[in-house]
Amino acid sequence: MLRVEDINVYYGAIHAIKGISLDVTDGEIVALIGSNGAGKSTTLRTISGLMKPKTGKIIYEDQDIAGISAHKIVGMGICQVPEGRRIFANMTVMENLEMGAYLRTDKDGIEQAMKGVFEKFPRLLERKDQVAGTLSGGEQQMLAMGRALMGKPKLLLMDEPSMGLAPLLVKEIFNIIKEINESGTTVLLVEQNANMALSIADKAYVLETGRITLSGTAKELASSEAVRKAYLGG
Amino acid sequence: MESFLSQFFQQLINGISLGSIYALIALGYTMIYGIIKLINFAHGDIYMLGAYFGFFATTQLGLSFIPAILLAMACAALAGIIIERVAYKPMRNAPRIAILITAIGVSFFLEYTMILLVSPQPRTFPAVFTPVVYKIGSLVVNSQQIVILASAVILMAVLTFIVNKTKAGKAMRAVSFDTDAARLMGINIDRVISTTFALGSALAAAGGVLVGVYYNSIDPLMGMMPGLKAFVAAVLGGIGIIPGAMMGGIILGVVEAMVSGFISSTLRDAAAFGILILILLYKPSGLLGKNIREKV
Repeated sequence: MLRVEDINVYYGAIHAIKGISLDVTDGEIVALIGSNGAGKSTTLRTISGLMKPKTGKIIYEDQDIAGISAHKIVGMGICQVPEGRRIFANMTVMENLEMGAYLRTDKDGIEQAMKGVFEKFPRLLERKDQVAGTLSGGEQQMLAMGRALMGKPKLLLMDEPSMGLAPLLVKEIFNIIKEINESGTTVLLVEQNANMALSIADKAYVLETGRITLSGTAKELASSEAVRKAYLGG
Repeated sequence: MESFLSQFFQQLINGISLGSIYALIALGYTMIYGIIKLINFAHGDIYMLGAYFGFFATTQLGLSFIPAILLAMACAALAGIIIERVAYKPMRNAPRIAILITAIGVSFFLEYTMILLVSPQPRTFPAVFTPVVYKIGSLVVNSQQIVILASAVILMAVLTFIVNKTKAGKAMRAVSFDTDAARLMGINIDRVISTTFALGSALAAAGGVLVGVYYNSIDPLMGMMPGLKAFVAAVLGGIGIIPGAMMGGIILGVVEAMVSGFISSTLRDAAAFGILILILLYKPSGLLGKNIREKV
């Protein structure tokens, strides 16, 4: 579905991504783990078209999408739940969800999607007319996820969904990611919480300072000595 | 005492009609700032262009007031879009000071191109309707003031509707709040920026035509002072905040009218810029500005 081939990304003079390649197969959950500053978010931002790779290809459904503008990539079915949620805090919950469906014109489909989001996140339904900035951190994460789902993604990119959330909430969020995946959406997940990520992923890549240092099935990585030492707390 | 009160209300009426013009111009400043964080110093000149478009629409095409103001707004909207595309878009990733200087350059370009094209002589704006003066007790209201106020209220109501209820308006708010997040929704930023320039420029043009109707005289440098005043109005209300621009414009107009009525009309401009200094000292975020804290 998505094949990233040897991309190099720079922030000005800083070489942030040094030749990363990865593969996401239809229907999988793929996790990208690694510590702060390893280049995980940059990888997602590049796939979404917010940044341009200097070299390399990003093949999505047989088309090279590297360098295509972000709004067109959304139109192709790649939606992102960005790091830090980035909800529109000045708009209501409903308006945030409407923005998620910005490119869609099928009224019935949008309504259906909204229903689906409210079923998944009943708390958003309770607060649908509330200004999004007044939601709690967990609710904002749910809104950010709901908003991305409104775009009917084929591939959902998730950046640190567990960040700043209580452990119980993290569990809930990860259950929902699993549900989303089971209903047919492919997921590329970036996480610092490697434990949680590996528990739901099919496949994973370990990123260190802009390079992939390890990859394999989630099971293999979870039992690998190196990963356990570095990311799973022994 | 009675003469004081009647003077007060008279100046209030004058101030509100002047202020609603400031508000129309200030809206464009604030919307454009909200989207691309640019103080568009050429905005006052768009207002001047609007006045000339209205002038030619009435004198050359023989249009009446409403079609003339609509045509002027449409032409100015187009001018706004072109200016953004040609002058600002190539600078989008440049340091902000570079774009600011570009805006000043655009301002001079418009002013002196117009001097070249239509001569620096002031033109007499045709009387688009016969002025009627209404007297309520000792108060005097003329039909131009009523037209200005009514037009401004209608335009602001339409703008409020567009921004709050339409998809394009919601996209504008989204881009203004968080550009990258908006892009991740599939919003085409270039289109939203064009829409913003079109709307802001159309409102400024409406202000230009209304001023032409009110003062009967227009010239290529007429945009400088109102442009600056509208900037003060936008900052007063809180730059980037749409209701703030409306409020700031009206307050500024009323203060100016009061100062000219009760103190001296030579102090009018000093009062306007005094307000700017005070607001920057004591509430730089503006009257409606809040420091919104985001939850993480």
